[in-house]
Amino acid sequence: MGALLGVLPFFAYTTIFLGIPTLIVVVGAFVDGNGQPTLGNLSALAQPQIVSAFVHSVVLSAVTAVLGASFGALLAYAVSTAREGSLMRRLVASACGVLAQFGGVTLAFAFIATFSSQGFLTLWLKKYGIDLAGSNWLYDPYKGLVLVYTYFQIPLMLIVFLPAVEGLRPQWREATESLGGSTWNYWRHVGGPILAPSFIGAMLLLFTNAFSAYATAYALISQGSPIIPLQIGGTLSSEVILGQENIGKAMALGMVAIVAVVMTLYVVLQRRTTKWLGS
Amino acid sequence: MSLHGTRRRRQAGFRWAVVGVIGLFFALPIVAMVEFTTRAPGGGRTLDTWATLFNFSVIDADYPELQHGVLASAGLTLLTVTIMLVMLVPTMTWVRLRLPGVRRLVEFICLLPLTIPAIVLVVGLAPVYAWVAYFLGESSLWLALAYVILVLPYAYRALDAGLGAIDVKTLAESARSLGAGWPTVMWRIILPNVRTAVLSAAFLSVALVLGEFTIASLFSRDNLQVAINLLGKRDSSLAIAAALAFMILAFVVLLAMSFVGSSRRSSRSEES
Repeated sequence: MGALLGVLPFFAYTTIFLGIPTLIVVVGAFVDGNGQPTLGNLSALAQPQIVSAFVHSVVLSAVTAVLGASFGALLAYAVSTAREGSLMRRLVASACGVLAQFGGVTLAFAFIATFSSQGFLTLWLKKYGIDLAGSNWLYDPYKGLVLVYTYFQIPLMLIVFLPAVEGLRPQWREATESLGGSTWNYWRHVGGPILAPSFIGAMLLLFTNAFSAYATAYALISQGSPIIPLQIGGTLSSEVILGQENIGKAMALGMVAIVAVVMTLYVVLQRRTTKWLGS
Repeated sequence: MSLHGTRRRRQAGFRWAVVGVIGLFFALPIVAMVEFTTRAPGGGRTLDTWATLFNFSVIDADYPELQHGVLASAGLTLLTVTIMLVMLVPTMTWVRLRLPGVRRLVEFICLLPLTIPAIVLVVGLAPVYAWVAYFLGESSLWLALAYVILVLPYAYRALDAGLGAIDVKTLAESARSLGAGWPTVMWRIILPNVRTAVLSAAFLSVALVLGEFTIASLFSRDNLQVAINLLGKRDSSLAIAAALAFMILAFVVLLAMSFVGSSRRSSRSEES
């Protein structure tokens, strides 16, 4: 019993700042403005702008997870061929550490400086007759946001995937070669299957990372709320419409549900891959 | 020496090509930020924006929000890292020593924030923070209480790796049999042995707290990112310069820390 006292502070803290907030979201999603139980908040999720925000968010996160994972894995492999402790490795790792966390406002401003109507690239391309500013593509969730998000997805992939790539032993490659295997054979039958579970795991982490990203889109987009985190943020700041707050909780519950589906998928997939690898 | 010379050269070529192309992709917005902030009104170049940014008396007088934001973020970083370490290191050590049964539960709780988006946490935290404001006041510093939750997964992984690499049980039992109390065991035995892990946990927390925007913005509190965003509405050129400056600062700090961590490790392996 005395031993349990030692972990009491940790459980008390996480209950207050993690358990209770989660409970508030779950319960609030099923309660109306007067505290009466209702399913109205959930049916409010069928509003066209909320549905389209969910669709935008899921597609945006999936596309940038695949893009970020592919390029990030390529970068991680390239960096892993450098000597451990070399300057290139340190530079890339530190830069990725900053870029993965400094997404948000800094990234949005960087994009304004680059692609807005007065941006560096826009003005530069204008000289050659190419017009970037016209179509407002930067604020489109499927064009501009995809490009913006890859700027924090690739660095995050490097951070989470580099340890896995470092686990590949040169001896495996040599063994493949001494058996007459080509580079393609090595990746198809040795390197690929070994990295597959961590690659998929990292990709799903990237999905949830993009799915929950709020700051970048908030700082970049001044009109409308095309993705779900912005919709939820909107319900928090506008207290005019009664019951709107609980629709926010229903949307939050929807986000958690989607992440939970992704995580379940991950567990199932990983069980499969370990079975394949084991046989 | 195990690789063939030709493959080694080919690998080096591949490495430079990939890092070069992706590096260019990332360099573009940074170059654009430099270009944007050095524009002179009539065309041409000027360093006026950067001179203003580093002229602290002007910043204090004309842009007080930036000063508030920097101070708040510095305080938040310190407070978050302190609470995180004071709570996690003893708990994780204790669990390894006396309660191996709850280890999976602690791990589950610590990794849970990865699956709960920050925006969802904000929704649920709003009533909790009403109480925090009631008991502790409205200060931006109390955001640290929520930031600890955000850094839990990263800190847990780093500390778990560090504690896994040492023999916690033997160390603690030897210290106890020599008459040390639990605080002494934590402070003088465990902590020095997981120094690298503590450093890397602290490091990830610092990067996360300095970049945090969502919670601070939605609770209308000050921090660095909120201040930069606010500045963007008044003076976009200065805001972009500030954003770039703080990003470079964070990069330099991270790079320096990567040298500190590794030189410690190598000097220790030389000793043994």
